[in-house]
Amino acid sequence: MKMRKVRKDALDLFVAVLPRFGEVLAPVRRGAGWAFAPPRRWSEVDLAYPRTLLPPKKILLPPHERMLRFRKGEGYEDLLAEAGKPVVLFGVHPYDILGISILDRVFGSGRFPDPYYAARRRNTTVVGVDFTPDALHFCPSMNADWVESGFDLFLSDIGDHYLVMVGTSRGDDIVELSGCLLEDITAADVAEYKHRSAQRRASYATEVEIGDLPGILEMEYGSKVWEELGDRCLSCGACTAVCPTCYCFDVYDEDDLAAPTGTRGRTWDSCLFASHARVAGGENFRARRSARVKFRFYHKQRGFVAEYGRPSCVGCGRCSAVCPAGIDIVQVIRAIRDEDGHARAGS
Amino acid sequence: MLALEANPYLPLPARIVRIQRMTPGHNVYQLRLADPPAGGAWRHRPGQFVELSVVGVGECPISISSSPTRAGILELCVRSAGRVTDALHHLGTHDVVGVRGPYGNGFPVEAMEGQDLLLVAGGLGMAPLRSLLGYALDQRERFGRITLLYGARTPQDMLFREELFSLRDVEGVDVLLTVDRDPSGTWPHAVGLLPDLLRQIQVLPARTYAAVVGPPVVYRFVLGELLRLGFKKDRILMSLERRMKCGVGKCGHCTVGYKYTCLDGPIFTYWDVINLPEVV
Repeated sequence: MKMRKVRKDALDLFVAVLPRFGEVLAPVRRGAGWAFAPPRRWSEVDLAYPRTLLPPKKILLPPHERMLRFRKGEGYEDLLAEAGKPVVLFGVHPYDILGISILDRVFGSGRFPDPYYAARRRNTTVVGVDFTPDALHFCPSMNADWVESGFDLFLSDIGDHYLVMVGTSRGDDIVELSGCLLEDITAADVAEYKHRSAQRRASYATEVEIGDLPGILEMEYGSKVWEELGDRCLSCGACTAVCPTCYCFDVYDEDDLAAPTGTRGRTWDSCLFASHARVAGGENFRARRSARVKFRFYHKQRGFVAEYGRPSCVGCGRCSAVCPAGIDIVQVIRAIRDEDGHARAGS
Repeated sequence: MLALEANPYLPLPARIVRIQRMTPGHNVYQLRLADPPAGGAWRHRPGQFVELSVVGVGECPISISSSPTRAGILELCVRSAGRVTDALHHLGTHDVVGVRGPYGNGFPVEAMEGQDLLLVAGGLGMAPLRSLLGYALDQRERFGRITLLYGARTPQDMLFREELFSLRDVEGVDVLLTVDRDPSGTWPHAVGLLPDLLRQIQVLPARTYAAVVGPPVVYRFVLGELLRLGFKKDRILMSLERRMKCGVGKCGHCTVGYKYTCLDGPIFTYWDVINLPEVV
C-alpha cells in the first residue's frame, strides 16, 4: 500500500482539495455529541471525537430514501439518479469503515445488489482516521480496531504528522492533487506508528470474548437473560438506528396530493418494533419483547456469523451509549457467558 | 430472472387478464406482463413467489399458484388480508398492477423427480402447492404416485375446489379433502383434521417427498405424524410465510434465525426448520 505523511498543521490545506470529490462531511460538535456534517469552517472539525451519534450508514442508507415514482394505471419508474450525489466522509474511525464494509457485503454483492446503495457507495469517498478508545469501545473483541480496506485514504497520528495510507486509485488522485504537501515516510515514522498502534490497542478498557459465542448462544436460547432484557427494553429502536450495521428497512408508498402519482420510498425499520415480524392476517413471529431483543443479539452474534463469517457488530459502543433502559451489549454477552458474577441456576 | 433489469426493486407493469372468485375473500388473478421481457414467458419454479404492487397502495409477497409448465401464465391466489390485498380485490380485469420476481428457492423439483409426492395443504397453503401439483400433473411420467391431502375450514373455504374434484378419476393421483366443519351438512368428503387423513393413506416414505404448506397449526400437527410414518427430516419440505418486503435479501423482515426466507426459502426442509429458532 502506498504510504505518505502530511504535517498536521498543513491538514487544512490538504483537505482543501476534497470538495472536488464531493460534499465534505466530517465530525463536528452537535449538542452533547458529534455528527458527520458539512463543517462551516475547518476549525469546526473535531478529529478527537470518540464516536458520532449516527454512523456513516446515514449517508449510504439514508433514514428516508425515495426509490420509485409511480403513476396509477401505468406503473413505476426508478429514481436511481437521485442516489448519485458525491460525498466525502472525512475522519471515519476504523470500526465505522468496517461497518461500511459489512453493509457493502449485504447491499453491494450477492444475487441482487442494491442499486441505490451501490450508487451512493460508488460516489462516497472515505477518509479514515485512527482514534483513542473510550470506556464504551470494544472494537478489538469484534476484530474491528483496524481495517486494511474500505477506505480511500487513512490517516494515522504519528506526532507532528499524519501517516497517510492510500487505499484506492481515487485516494491516490487526492494525494496527487495535494502534491507538495505530502512527504515520504521514514524509518522513524514507521517506528512511531508501531509504538502508537500498540499503545492504542493496550488502551481498550472493555473486552469481551466472542470466539465461542455462536455455540453458547445456541445453548442459551432459553436463558432467563432474555426475559430480563425483555422486561427492561422499551422497544424504542434507538440501538438499531445508531448501529453502523443495522440495515432493516420498511417500504412505503406515498400519494401526491390531488394527483394520480406518488413515490415509493424506504425508511429505517427496527427488529425491536412489534410490527417487524408480523405478517398479513395478524400472526406475529416475535410478538414478545424478549423475543425481539433476543433476535437482535442472535442476528448480530450468531446469524450473521453463519452467513458472513463474522458478527455484524464492530464494537463502537453506540447502542450502549443511547439505550434509555441502560442495556449494554457487553454486559449482555457477559451475562450469557455467566461472566457477570450472577449465578443463574436453571437458565 | 424475469428481466435483465438492473433495479431489482422496480416492478414491471402487468395487466389483470382474468379474475376467478374462489371463496369469499380469495380470488385468483391471472396476470400478463405488459412488456414481456426478451425471454418471453415467466421462468419460475413451483414454490417461488412474486412481489405484487397495487400502484399507490404498496407491495406484498404472494406465492405463485400456476405451474411453470403453462408458459406465459402467472396466477396468484390472493386472500384479502391487508392493505395491498384489500386494494387488489377492488381492481378489475384490464387494470394494471406491478410485479417483480420470481423470488425464493422454490421446491427442489429435480430431486423430487422419480419419487412419489405427498402434498399436504391447509387453507391458503394450497396456493403454492397448486403450482407443484400442476407441475407434476403436466409431466406425469416424471413423478410417481401423487397424493394430495387438503384441509379447509368449511367446504366454502376450499380453494380450487372444482379443479381438485376433477382429479378424482385420474390414475395414480389420490385427492383427499377434509373440512373442519360442514355447516351445510352436504359435504361428501371427510370432516376432521389433516392428521386423521394422514393415518388413512398408504405411502412409502423412503421413495416419497412430502410437501407441507399451511398455517402454523398445520405444521404443529402434521410434522409429528409424518415422522411417525417414517419420513426422514430432509424429505419433508415446508414453505414458510414471512413478511418478505423486499424479496431480495436486504430489508431484514423475513429473517428466521440466520436465514432469509426470501433467498434461502421460502421452501425449507424440516431439518432446516428444526435448526432455526422461532420457526413455527
